[in-house]
Amino acid sequence: MIAFLVKRLFHALLVMFVISIIAFAIQDNLGDPIQQMVGQSVPEDEREALREELGLNDPMLVQYARFAVNAAQFDFGYSYVFNQPTTEVIARHLPATLELVAASTFLIIVFSVPIGVYSAIKPRALLTRFFMSISIVGISIPVFLTAIMLIQIFAIGISWTPFPANTGWGNWLNELISTEGGMPAYGRGDPVTVFGTWDTNFASFKGLSYLVLPAISLASIMLPLFIRLIRAEMLEVLQSDYVKFARAKGISMRRIYFLHALKNTMLPVITVGGVQIGTLVAYTILTETVFQWPGMGLMFLDAIERSDIPLIVTYLMIVGLIFVITNTIVDLIYGLVNPTVKLTGKPS
Amino acid sequence: MTLNAVATKKTFKKTLLASLVGASMAGAALLPMTASAETLRMAYDADPVSLDIHEQLSGGILQLSHMTHDPLVRWTKSLDFEPRLATEWEQVDDTTMRMSLREGVEFHSGNPFTANDVAWTIKRLKQSPDFRAIFEPIESVEVIDDYTVEINTKEPYPLLLNLATYVFPMDSEFYSGNDEDGDPKDEIVKNGNSYASRNVSGTGPYTVTDRQQGVRTQFTRNPNYWDNESPGNVDNIILTPISENATRVAALLSGDVDFIAPVPPNDLDRVRESDDTQLVTMSGTRIIFFHMNQERVEAFQDQRVREAFAYAVNQEGIADRLMKGFATPAAQFSPEGYAGHVESLEPRYDVERAKELMAEAGYADGFDITMMAPNNRYVNDAKIAQAVAAMLARINVTVDLKTMPKAQYWGEFDDRAADMMMIGWHADTEDSANFHEYLTACPDADSGAGQYNAGNFCNPELDALIAAANVEVDREQRAEMLQQVEQTLYDQAAILPLHWQDLAWASSNRVNIEPVLNVMNFPYLGDLVIEDSE
Repeated sequence: MIAFLVKRLFHALLVMFVISIIAFAIQDNLGDPIQQMVGQSVPEDEREALREELGLNDPMLVQYARFAVNAAQFDFGYSYVFNQPTTEVIARHLPATLELVAASTFLIIVFSVPIGVYSAIKPRALLTRFFMSISIVGISIPVFLTAIMLIQIFAIGISWTPFPANTGWGNWLNELISTEGGMPAYGRGDPVTVFGTWDTNFASFKGLSYLVLPAISLASIMLPLFIRLIRAEMLEVLQSDYVKFARAKGISMRRIYFLHALKNTMLPVITVGGVQIGTLVAYTILTETVFQWPGMGLMFLDAIERSDIPLIVTYLMIVGLIFVITNTIVDLIYGLVNPTVKLTGKPS
Repeated sequence: MTLNAVATKKTFKKTLLASLVGASMAGAALLPMTASAETLRMAYDADPVSLDIHEQLSGGILQLSHMTHDPLVRWTKSLDFEPRLATEWEQVDDTTMRMSLREGVEFHSGNPFTANDVAWTIKRLKQSPDFRAIFEPIESVEVIDDYTVEINTKEPYPLLLNLATYVFPMDSEFYSGNDEDGDPKDEIVKNGNSYASRNVSGTGPYTVTDRQQGVRTQFTRNPNYWDNESPGNVDNIILTPISENATRVAALLSGDVDFIAPVPPNDLDRVRESDDTQLVTMSGTRIIFFHMNQERVEAFQDQRVREAFAYAVNQEGIADRLMKGFATPAAQFSPEGYAGHVESLEPRYDVERAKELMAEAGYADGFDITMMAPNNRYVNDAKIAQAVAAMLARINVTVDLKTMPKAQYWGEFDDRAADMMMIGWHADTEDSANFHEYLTACPDADSGAGQYNAGNFCNPELDALIAAANVEVDREQRAEMLQQVEQTLYDQAAILPLHWQDLAWASSNRVNIEPVLNVMNFPYLGDLVIEDSE
């Protein structure tokens, strides 16, 4: 176990090192940060002075060495846009993203497990077919579009009058397909401060209402995927010999489904799920942009737009770190659920 | 005093005021409720980069300046000057202007506003990397008495009042001394956290009470604001940056915000058709055009070829169809209202004439050129470039077009990396000479002239004319000279002008934005009126 963690630590360092090299190598193509920092009529010599001050004129190797030495002391430099240490900027944006990811993960778990299990147990039921076709649609619609549609329907509201408005039934049908709107369309509202830079939306009903639409949008991609994954795994497990044997022994179906089968179904789901949570952090870029959710994804896009190189590099490294950490946790949980797995990573 | 302390003091005063009002209301319950606190929730596409109004010369900073500070003078809708902190001015001699200042004005910190603050502010502007160049003509500022200053210029300078719109006096006492880190409080830091980038004390209608960069900034009305005649009744402003166009519009339509800018052209109809919102548009002052690089392409040295290009491009068509009427077709730099604007200059669009000119110049079979344009800087920039490329194909010019995000584009622009390059320009001085100085003057690295002249157009006579205009204090005479420059640039087809980008704002119906908007795009929010919602 300790050896495993130490190994993972080296793994993490290696990942961060590679990311930092790549980020540094491409920074010339990210544009000139000076252009974003000064007005259009600023003369060239002023720009040159600023470039010199920021050390942008040094050879790439010198810049990288300077960065690496500082990074080793957990100093990742100053953001050009925010004028603060990049780690502070990210720490301030991280809670918003984590809350969004947590809310969608919650939605995914709450809906995918029952629906997945149900559609495996009753593969031919009408409801199963309905879920399956909906999930296909869910996978194929881009997150961006889902988000815009949700905003239109639930925030702005739609009034659609295809039926004659002068009749009672027409009015009723018109109202049925129209929505009022009223959900918040952007941002986090007034989150409550928990401690330091951690503001939470979970503390009040109003705060939660800001989370609903972004969380649904973010979940819309992963949810169908998980329903299908759980269903497929469950179907396979239900065909296995030990389930047949348990059945033959006369154990109640309920016990078989939810104890024996589900436990074995969840093993691969946990592996995929852990990795997907990392991906979820990446997907937040789109969701956060549409909802102007002030998290890391929005911050990152802004940083790219303004060529805020120190912030871009730090963000990439932290996302890399999140991937390594989630993978490590997944492996640990996997080991707990299935003790035959050896954590040393050697072929078993 | 820190920002928070100012805020607390203000809150205290407000609470006191509120309880007094409450007490009097109890006695006269029949009086109509007029003192209701109005809050304006507004969304711009970006938020100001800093609270230090001298850190960057940009639209965002100027919008902020007009909220937290007051200029000496400001532009009216018809581009005249309106007195603000300067009440009167007179030209004492060719190089000296005497200004009388408003008395009894207080900064947010409580310090009185005096002539010293004006002198101090102009001195600071002359040190700001972004503002230094435009304040170059000012030699010195003399404090005559507490409410009189004399501004001396090196040479006769006709644009001193234009410059005065950029002078937002800062609280010199507030910014004196060192902050807790030992750095001078008045230091201007581009990349770093300075005292002035976090703390504000101006004379303006609003104080900053809360700021989370990139998320929201909150403003509260300055209870001691000097301008009692202002009809403005907005007590709180919450500014949220929403960079995504669709989201910004959705936020307005859903009633989450009351005021947005800019309105993207694709959503103009949606906003116009909504019953709860109003749309305000006006012709802007930012010109969008192409440079034709004479150094890279020999053919561009031939005036007939440049004219042919001007004849080949259909500005009206681009403004109509591509921009959905959200642009004003241009044939010159200066928009209407600028001194150099020549009324008679119309876009020339005649493909037959263009072909003739190409043939006369010996290029009937055309030639190949490269073209570059940004794809996220100006409204529909990449699409416009495509349209121009297609139009040039009709006179047998084959265009190799490349578009890229602005972060990458400006590097390429500085390198003059293509034969034709797109750029948009707004004159910081709201004056015609500025266009020529930066965009078509003979390039000179030392003086900075022609810094953005990616066409390498050079006509020394025009440079001389502009130099003369810049020391001509007689406004009429000066306008004539500037018009002559525009006419010559047109005749010689120095650039390929496309259009002036229009401006659009939208608000909920009860927010009366129309009177406070202007072509410079800094709404005078202090004068904004929100109609009572009850």
